[in-house]
Amino acid sequence: MTTPILQLDGVSTDIAQYHILHEVSLDVPEGGVHVLLGRNGAGKTTTLRTVMGLWKARQGAIRFRGDDIAKLHTSEIARKGIAFVPENMGVFGGLTVEENMRLATHDGSFDRERLDRVYALFPALEKFWTKSSWSLSGGQKQMLAIARAIIERRDLILIDEPTKGLAPAIILNMVDAFREIARETTILLVEQNFLFAKSLGQTVAVIDDGHIAHTGNMADLVDDTALQTKLLSLSLDAHQ
Amino acid sequence: MGSASSLFERLGGINLLPVLLAIIAFVLIGSPSTWVTLTVAGLAMGMMIFLMASGLSLVFGLMDVLNFGHSAFVSFGAFIAASVLAALAAWVGADNIALNLLAMFLAIAAAALFGLLAGWVFERVIIKPVYRDHLRQILITMGALIVAEQLILAIWGGSPISVPRPHFLTGSLIIGDISIELYRLFAFALGLIAYIALFTVLNRTRVGLLVRAGVENREMVEALGYRIDRLFIGVFVLGSALAAIGGAMWAGYETLITAAIGSEMMIIVFIVIIIGGLGSIEGSLLGALMVGLMGNYVAFLAPKMALASNMILMMAILLWRLYGLRPAVK
Repeated sequence: MTTPILQLDGVSTDIAQYHILHEVSLDVPEGGVHVLLGRNGAGKTTTLRTVMGLWKARQGAIRFRGDDIAKLHTSEIARKGIAFVPENMGVFGGLTVEENMRLATHDGSFDRERLDRVYALFPALEKFWTKSSWSLSGGQKQMLAIARAIIERRDLILIDEPTKGLAPAIILNMVDAFREIARETTILLVEQNFLFAKSLGQTVAVIDDGHIAHTGNMADLVDDTALQTKLLSLSLDAHQ
Repeated sequence: MGSASSLFERLGGINLLPVLLAIIAFVLIGSPSTWVTLTVAGLAMGMMIFLMASGLSLVFGLMDVLNFGHSAFVSFGAFIAASVLAALAAWVGADNIALNLLAMFLAIAAAALFGLLAGWVFERVIIKPVYRDHLRQILITMGALIVAEQLILAIWGGSPISVPRPHFLTGSLIIGDISIELYRLFAFALGLIAYIALFTVLNRTRVGLLVRAGVENREMVEALGYRIDRLFIGVFVLGSALAAIGGAMWAGYETLITAAIGSEMMIIVFIVIIIGGLGSIEGSLLGALMVGLMGNYVAFLAPKMALASNMILMMAILLWRLYGLRPAVK
């Protein structure tokens, strides 16, 4: 058993007077795609934002490669090798695609090999390289947000609902892209789209009302319709 | 309607608004020489307001900080420049452009240096404890403004202070029957240089890229590995220095200043950043030029409306574009 790349140990997070996460414990193994599922408002986004230090945990430990990062500033967490793709994509609309990408590099210059890889995964970005990001479609903005996370080598990428609002054809492209990205980087994916999640995920955790309700292999959850219904109030059949 | 709008955009879009304003004023004023004089005065005034407004706009855009104390830097800049010019009276009054320029440079440099140092202290002591708390920001920065104005009264006294203009800037440029004050040309040129420098830094450097990104989405910049709070200190200090330079230039423009010079200008500065759109240097320039031109044209055409004109301009623009002409975040 390898040491998890990311460990949450009894993490509780409050937003104003609301207690959102209640002693969440979660291990994210190194390599592959790992999914955090849950209904709206269950605490998925809060979990990712707490890992990134955007909201501070009231209690508990967050360990990345064994180091506690719970008290670190967001920028320090990012520099440790964790990238974040938020639900709203976080694309800087007033900047060009190139400028958005350049910001994600540590010294403002691109590694040609990695840039070619980004172009291969998301050809639209090369086409719109010098255009303002405002002019991109929703799918292209999502591609840019993900491309920004991989333009330099990261150990872990936190991705919050990347399929939200995207057309099915684009979601299929995303599946291929994520498989390719997961060959070198661990992905913690927050999703509500179970079809998308099950096509990528190796492990799954289900969060409900700020508590981790289930952890296990994705394949087991896919095979167990009753468990899906119990945990997610849905059945996979309903989505097919 | 659609084709007119498309033609407007092709010709320069909202960047043309000051030109449109000037054309309308030309028709209403009738006299070309008067129009040129008013236009140059408006542009010069606009550039000085731009110096005062640009930093405040970036500060708000980058950290969501409402700094009502910004005008203290304008006031101190004005008084420090006035004191330096008074101390260098021999150079200021000499019939020697080099000495005049040196005196002006030292006055502006002293104001800017004060802005840099005081801006740093102000940010660390006053602003930092109230990040992300608008109500406290308003209260504490208003309080700091009152303290600053009382300090000015304590140091320079309550009587209005006369500000000498360097000899080479006291005359006018006469072209036919058009007379243009040299000081206004100087103020316009200095403002233009400041704008070009700011524009270049924001658009051609990595720091500028970070500032532009931070104005849009502070959290995301941090999630990419940058300390936005450290960047903010730099922007705050620069904005304070620009406000002090604006105050120094405004002092020479007014030639008689009181401790209220900053707070009087602050209303116009807020109008400018609201018209221009928060967090945008281009918007601040556009707003400042429109306010400067509008103020001068209306003061000539309908003096009783002069005070209200910029408010009316702001309301009209906000009804058209809720977030101003060129907001950093669309």
